[in-house]
Amino acid sequence: MALPWREIVNKIDDYRWEIPPGYKPGMLVPGLVYASESMLDHTWHEQAFEQVANVAFLPGIVGYSLAMPDIHWGYGFPIGGVAATRVSDGVISPGGVGFDINCGVRLLRTNLTGEEVRPRIERLVAELFANVPSGLGSEGKIRVSEKELDQVLIKGSRWALDKGYGNARDIIVTEETGCMKGANPDKVSRKAKKRGIPQLGTLGSGNHFLEVEVVDEIYDQASARAMGIADVGQVLVMIHTGSRGFGHEVCGDYVRLLGEAVRRYGISLPDRQLACAPVKSAEGQDYLAAMSCAANYAWTNRQCITHWVRESLARVLQKSEKEIGLEQIYDVCHNIAKIEEHIVSGRKEALCVHRKGATRAFPAGHPDIPDIYRDIGQPVLIPGDMGRCSYVAVGTERAMKESFGSTCHGAGRLQSRSAARRSLKGSEVARELAARGITVKAGSMTSLAEEASPAYKDVNEVVDITDRAGISHKVARIVPIGVIKG
Amino acid sequence: MKKDFEIIDHTADVGVIAYGDNIGQAFSNAARALFSLITDLDSVAEVVYRDIELRATDEESLLVEWLNELIYLFDTENIIFKRFDVTVLPNVRLRARSYGEKVDSLRHQLKTGVKAATYHTLKVEKGNGCRVQVIFDI
Repeated sequence: MALPWREIVNKIDDYRWEIPPGYKPGMLVPGLVYASESMLDHTWHEQAFEQVANVAFLPGIVGYSLAMPDIHWGYGFPIGGVAATRVSDGVISPGGVGFDINCGVRLLRTNLTGEEVRPRIERLVAELFANVPSGLGSEGKIRVSEKELDQVLIKGSRWALDKGYGNARDIIVTEETGCMKGANPDKVSRKAKKRGIPQLGTLGSGNHFLEVEVVDEIYDQASARAMGIADVGQVLVMIHTGSRGFGHEVCGDYVRLLGEAVRRYGISLPDRQLACAPVKSAEGQDYLAAMSCAANYAWTNRQCITHWVRESLARVLQKSEKEIGLEQIYDVCHNIAKIEEHIVSGRKEALCVHRKGATRAFPAGHPDIPDIYRDIGQPVLIPGDMGRCSYVAVGTERAMKESFGSTCHGAGRLQSRSAARRSLKGSEVARELAARGITVKAGSMTSLAEEASPAYKDVNEVVDITDRAGISHKVARIVPIGVIKG
Repeated sequence: MKKDFEIIDHTADVGVIAYGDNIGQAFSNAARALFSLITDLDSVAEVVYRDIELRATDEESLLVEWLNELIYLFDTENIIFKRFDVTVLPNVRLRARSYGEKVDSLRHQLKTGVKAATYHTLKVEKGNGCRVQVIFDI
């Protein structure tokens, strides 16, 4: 039987589907979903269209309420959602960023080949697992006072660098150079700081991971070369984590505070988790200042973990870090709100771009991307699930025109966690991966089962849609050989 | 036997519906549901307790803040709670004593991390007893 979405959405082309504003009274702009036709049944079933429509209620929203092909049902915003609001008269919504503020991905290159690393992969995975604190309830190796934490919140990656974690080049190839300006620790609750102190320098649990990867296919040689990716078989390392309990507390605090602001400003919303306040209001500015602290915490976190990854590789391979050539390719955040300039109806306008499970994808020549990538566009890092593969891509002009310089952030979940647990045991997942040459070490067998391949959409399909729709351009595909899960 | 709570499927996250003869009991069962996601509560003893007092603008917010306070205690003090005496007072206030113990990695197998309770499709329904619904970000 044909599902009702066919009556609702307008097909623009094979990869673009519009939800007209008439779908739900109160929508200020249409919705636009990037997807293949075969994905839409699932999207409809889990009511993600409804959430795209709800986001279109946000005062000051411009263009479209967007959804990337990795869209799935979230709370308030869908995961894979992008919404841009005018700074002049629009709102900012903490729910449009999510609890894990600046959850993101960092990719490192090496001079090593899979052939060199495979014989030692078990030892390497064990070493990484021991050296990078991970898992539920884990505490970091870094001890900071509350006063020192404030410095982390203000400086971001720079703080880690000053303490000897990493090198100056890492910061250059980090989105926002690892530091959001305007971070103000006074706008962060003591509770958030208390949660943040013991967790600095930890990977966390759930979908967060550390992966040793091998380049599997290169689609764009020139862009790959600019990133230090020379050949198929080259070893890379991917880090996926965020701002831990610190960010969760900041988000919770401000959803509550802005929930009260909604009434004061007379804003009407279809979902309380969309709580928001005018960008220019005191509440909106306070959230931005606190969110920036959490973003900086997350970059510091990934920077410290990068340092331990370098240590671990050098130790296991008995080579110097220089010989290994462990250089950072890039670091992206995929849960964030940023003030950016975009063209709206032919005019330059300051917008607050919310990316909730979406990656910035700025084109070649954009002033906000590092010089070394000026000619190719901003690197976009798209982790898939641990059994399939991940992608490296670059941003495009089309993304700038159409999706406020944004593309997808991952595969997107397909199955609920309990459904994933019912279908496979964690130990079976580990055995199956081992049979395919992927060594896994996880803090919990439950999380291994929840993160198994069948729980996710096929990242190949998701990335192909963004590539064909033109909002990011594929550069290389990478496959895991070693996985650490929290 | 009447169920205390049930877990509802959600693609990325986990929802909980909890029941009680009154709102305090439903809040208590929602908290049990939360910690049952984190570990098997049969392995947890009642060794320590913590008192919580809260105030909110409405009952739905009170539920979210109650659960987030427990997540905060788990995150900062590593305490898994298993039993809760919750009283909801006039003017949307809550007073509770929660019993449990610190995580012992030898005895407690930790399952799922919970980031926060959300306002999405949040419900507190009173009539014949009380039924509450909340979605957690996992």
